[in-house]
This record gives sequence, C-alpha cells and structure tokens, in this order.
Amino acid sequence: MYTADGRVRPHYAAYADWLTRQPDDLLRQKRAEADSLFHRVGITFAVYGEQEGNERLIPFDIVPRVLSADEWRTLAAGLRQRVRALNAFIGDIYHGQEILRAGLLNPEQVFCNPQYRPEMQGMDVPGGIYAHIAGIDVVRVGAGEFCVLKDNLRVPSGVSHMLEDRKMMMRLFPELFALNRVAPVEHYPDRLLENLARVAPAGVAAPVVVVLTPGAHNSAYFEHAFLAQQMGVELVEGQDLFVRDGFVYMRTTRGPQRVDVIYRRIDDDFLDPLVFRPDSVLGVPGLMSAYRAGRVTVANAIGTGIADDKSIYPYVPDMIRFYLGEAPLLENVPTRVLRRKDDLAFTLAHLGQLVVKEVHGAGGYGMLVGPTASQAEREDFRLRILAAPEKYIAQPTLARSTCPKFVEQGVAPRHIDLRPFVLSGREITIVPGGLTRVALRTGSLVVNSSQGGGTKDTWVLET
Amino acid sequence: MLSRTADHVYWLGRYAERAENLARTLDVQYRLSLVPHASSDDRHGWAQMLARLGLESTFAERHAAPDPHRVIDFLAFDAGNPSSILSCLRAARENARAVRGSISSEMWEAFNSTWLGARTQAPSRFTALNIVEFVDWVKYRAHLARGVVLGSMLRDESYHFMQIGTFLERADGVARLLLARLACESPAGADGADAHDYYPWSVLLRGPSAFEIFRRVSRDTVSPRRVLEFVILHQHVPRSIYRSAALVHENLQSVANAQSGETERRAGLLHAELRFGTLESLAPQGSERFLHDLIARAADLSDRIGRDFLRHAA
Repeated sequence: MYTADGRVRPHYAAYADWLTRQPDDLLRQKRAEADSLFHRVGITFAVYGEQEGNERLIPFDIVPRVLSADEWRTLAAGLRQRVRALNAFIGDIYHGQEILRAGLLNPEQVFCNPQYRPEMQGMDVPGGIYAHIAGIDVVRVGAGEFCVLKDNLRVPSGVSHMLEDRKMMMRLFPELFALNRVAPVEHYPDRLLENLARVAPAGVAAPVVVVLTPGAHNSAYFEHAFLAQQMGVELVEGQDLFVRDGFVYMRTTRGPQRVDVIYRRIDDDFLDPLVFRPDSVLGVPGLMSAYRAGRVTVANAIGTGIADDKSIYPYVPDMIRFYLGEAPLLENVPTRVLRRKDDLAFTLAHLGQLVVKEVHGAGGYGMLVGPTASQAEREDFRLRILAAPEKYIAQPTLARSTCPKFVEQGVAPRHIDLRPFVLSGREITIVPGGLTRVALRTGSLVVNSSQGGGTKDTWVLET
Repeated sequence: MLSRTADHVYWLGRYAERAENLARTLDVQYRLSLVPHASSDDRHGWAQMLARLGLESTFAERHAAPDPHRVIDFLAFDAGNPSSILSCLRAARENARAVRGSISSEMWEAFNSTWLGARTQAPSRFTALNIVEFVDWVKYRAHLARGVVLGSMLRDESYHFMQIGTFLERADGVARLLLARLACESPAGADGADAHDYYPWSVLLRGPSAFEIFRRVSRDTVSPRRVLEFVILHQHVPRSIYRSAALVHENLQSVANAQSGETERRAGLLHAELRFGTLESLAPQGSERFLHDLIARAADLSDRIGRDFLRHAA
C-alpha cells in the first residue's frame, strides 16, 4: 500500500483515503460479521492431523490487496507466456524430449523424479494441453515488478476463496466498490466450464463434465462442491464412476451415464488403483486405460507434476527461451540449486538469511526459514542438506512484499503472495485477480492455509 | 442424477423431518404433562413415547427410570442417541454438506445454520418446564428450511427424492405419535366418547398442527375415533398420513426408472387404500394393528427405494 518512503501508492489512494475516515470499531464489527457469515456459508478448510472440529475457517482479512491496471497487464502477459512454455515443456517431455537433447536439463532430473509418469509417454492429449488450470504463485519484489515463487500445475486450489472473498467484500463494504473500479472475477466458473467442455474427446457433441473429489473429508471439499455447483455439473467421488467397454460412466438413478471430461481434484497417485497406488479407494479402476484410448479427458492431465516440481522450477525461464524463443517477462525468485557446487557452498554459508526448501515438499512443510529458525534447527537442516543436496533449493527471504492487514491493534503490514489462476483452452484466459494469501504473524513468511495463513480479496483496478 | 446424491438428499429429507417430528412429539407430551388428568401417569406417557419411537433399550442403557427431565434431555440433546433432535439436525446437515454442490446455496445455509444454532443451545438451560422454547425453535427452523426448499430448489429428481424422504418419514412419525397415545388409553377408551378423553386427544391434534383445522372442518367434538380418522385419512390436513402417502406416490412417479415398477405399485396401493378406505374397512383389527402395519409398509418402501435408485448397480 505504501512506497518505501511511506507515501501511499497511487492505486491505493481511494482506499487509503476511505480507510482514514473509518473508525476502528467499524472494521472490528465488519470482521465479526465476516466470521459469522463464513461460518453460516460453511466456507471451511480441514487441517490434516486434527481430530475434532476439523472444519476451520480460513482467516479472512478485510483489507483488500489492490493492483493497478498497469501492474496487472504486465503480470498477465508474463503469466500467459509462462503457462504456454510450461504446457510445451510437458508435451515435449512426454513426446520427443527435445529439451533433454538440447542439454538444458539433466535426464535424471526428469526420469528419477516421482512426478514423471511413464504411462503418459507418447500419448496425445486434446489440444496438446496438459495444465488446463494453473495457479502461479507470484510475489512483488519492486514497484510493479513480480517474480514467480511457484508453479502449481497439478490440482491448484484456492479459486473458491478468490470468488467468496470478493462476494464478502461487496457485502461488507459496498461503498468501496462505488469508489473504485474493481475488475470483476465472478465469471471464472463459466470460463472454466467452457474450457473443460472444449477439451472433450473428439466427436462428443454435448460433453458431460464432472468434478471428481476425494470426498467430504478432504481439506478442499468446499471448493470442489463450490465449483461443481457454480458450473452446474455433478460432483462425483471415485465410487460414483466406473469403466466399462473402455468408457467411463457414472452411476445415476436412471442407470449408467457416460462421462466425457473429468475435472479431477485428486492427485495422480490415487486416480486409478490398477496403474498407480493399488491401495487407493478414491480412484476409478480402469480410468487410465480409458484416458489413454482418448475416450475421456482428464484435467489437469496426468503427469503435469513434472513441471511444477521445485527441482524443475529453476529452469522455467530457460524453457521460455527454448520453446517460445522469447525473453521471459516474469522472472523467478533468484533460486540456488543445491545440486550445483557453488550454490551449495553459498547456501551453507548463508543459512541464516535464506529460505531452504525440499524440492518435493509442499504446503510449507519441509522448509527452513533461516532468519526465524533457531540455531539447532539450522544445524539440523545443514546435515539434511549435506546428506542429499540435490533435494534442496534456496531462495532469499526478502522476496515477499507486505500489505496492510487488519489486526487487533489496528492495521499493520503482513507478508503476502498472489496466486492468479490461468486457464488454458483454445486460448489462455486469466480472470483479473487471484488468491492473495497473507501471513498472520508479524514477519512470518509462511502463507499456506495448512500453516495458518489467511486470505484477502484482490482488486485489479480497471483504470 | 447421481445415485449417491439421491441417497443423500433422500436422507436429508428424512432426518430433517424426523427432527421436526420429534419436536412435535415432545411438544405433545409436554402439553399433556400440564393437564391435571394426565399428571398421575406422566411417567407412563414418557415411557410409551420412548417405546413407540423404538428407543426404549437405548434409553435404558443410559438411564434408570424414564422421568421427564431425563427423557427430554435424551430425546432433544443427547449426541449419543442417534435419534435425538440434535443428532438428526446434525445428520441432516452432514447429508446436505455431502451434496452442497447439487442443492441451492440457500438450502445448504439453512441446514448448516440450524445445526450451528442447535449446537450452541445449552441443554442445561432446558427442563421439562421450558423445553417448549427449544421445541418452538426447532419447529421454526423447520418452517424456514421448508420454505427455502420450496422457494429455491429446482424441481428435478433431487427435489423429488427429498420429498419422498420427507413424507415417508412423516407418515412414520405421525403413526408413532398416534400409537403412543393409544397405548395410554384404557382398553375401552378408544371407541367410547368419554368426556375426559377430550384433553389428551385435543392436545394430540396440536402435534401435527391439526387442532384448529379440526375445529374448522369438523363439527364433532373431539373423540379418539374422530381424531384418528382425521389425522390418518383427511385429504386436506397437511400432516395427515393420507397426504404423506399421496405425496410419496406422486414424487415416486416423477423419478420412475426401469426397475421401480413394483415399488410404485406398492406406493400407489397404499395411496389408494387411504384415499378410498374408511377406518372400519382399513382397521378391522383395531387402529393399533393398522398403524403397526403402516409403519412396516413405509419401511418396505424405503428399502425398495434404496434398491431401485440409491444403490444403483453398474
């Protein structure tokens, strides 16, 4: 909201001016109102490892994040470019593997990666699209300058919060939407459905699309139900689907009905017990064979994880140059790859200033935040790194920008990041906005909801 | 629609209706306890109620004697009793949550906030004397939920399955309410027109919101036989067993599939019997026997619906 020397950024002017005129009490009261509304609507998030009361509210912050039209234009162009390259990369890995032949990546980084799915080798997917829905985590590092922190190409979540947070803000502060020209995001489900229908197997006139969920106990169940409802399609569990004569059907009250497109919110590992984990009860036996035969489309495609792994991430700017012949519009956060000797030496010497991440970890687990870690934690991590340096990357901590958040004492800065959702179909569409996640504690850099991070509305101004 | 979804909305309908029926049953028993005539066999009344709800043994596992306070707590708030009002509201909410993608948001919010509200009501606040406050709240929330269903739900298969669940449960609940009353009658009472029959049977009419209607459409005085006839067979009493059976039949026809013919036939037969029968022709061996049969027929329909639609095999 403020520049380094404490002035209000121009696109925040209307909001800042409004904020100074509000009594603290009003914000407190609106906060309580938001909490009770979220409870009633049941927008909750289950946290793994908690028994009772395992439906929790994701803390919602009532101070919006505002992006100017210019900032967004630049960011969106960069995201489009990046997702095009990522899709090209996945297609290449599962076909000709030009990038390996060009020597940009070491083959073992692909083939020894648990996210690489040999079952996908040589298979064509409709439109050549693998990551139909991508959530790209970005952080602002300088004025209007964004870096990519992580690509989420498997089952990115959080879009329901983008939509619900907006709905909540419009309800709590209608006057703010009269003061600011905020670009709408509500058409996301329409775009999603349109995209999913377009990647149906060839020859299907009116494709049946379903959302596949692990079930009501999954942490993101609210989002699965929400998207199915907003798109007007069935929300199915693995037990509702079966494969017969090469086609996928769902069990309905009037007998089997064919399914053409599955928007799955289940990881690859659990999709088909005949091919992946045999103990999975969430999946559909035979799904992979129907998929390979081109009789059903799975979105995102199986095997996209090869491109969103932290060990591959450092090479995405190279992919953009390699596949598109363009200079990257969005850079990565400067990342040290500890399989490289000089990066390893530098990291070990600067553990106190860096964030070190396990390349296959997710959700904020398996990472070391140098500045806030204890001496013992750092020493422990040093040993883990030395045992297998190729499993780690390191990034500077200065990466995350801050944004004001309403706290008990008033409004104070907290670290944030932003996850816009990029839809790839016949063309690439990005709804202006995304999920802004905010760390709740002063100085904390962890924004993951499984680690107690919160969300806030994201405004892209139209002028 | 998905069989699993149909299963959830069917049970959503059943549990929501069961919570309301229980509240109405508690209401009747509570009002009876205020009638001087009934106070001597108050305990008997509560015990009969438990027995007719099929909860006698569950209760006995937890409590010694069925004194009013314990029974009320058991029926309204005991989370360990799967048939308590609280448990039913929770089950309704869980079923709604499982299909929140297929029902309207308003509907989900209504069932969710009813559950959240019920959970925060402190059971210790209620006794045999003021349970009516809670009962009224449950009825009010049921009215609200019904309105939301009528006003926001697409009239598709989901709606029909929910209605089937609702009306099967209602027929069952009203039959049990009548049975509990009959069990408290002296053997000769049910057919005579004893003056002091007036109180318990007029209170009973209030359970299914039928007392005022009885006054308006029937010129007769309240007697056991007339109340039974009215609550079982009347075509225009909203909670009569006849109307429940008619609506089960009607909604079943809207979801018919290739294998549901026999189920439809049985529902239609029950509908027709209640439509054209009289108490004499339907219950030659007495009302109690008839009501027990009716409960069994409702259970049979429920099983058959489960087989025909809800656990659809590949």
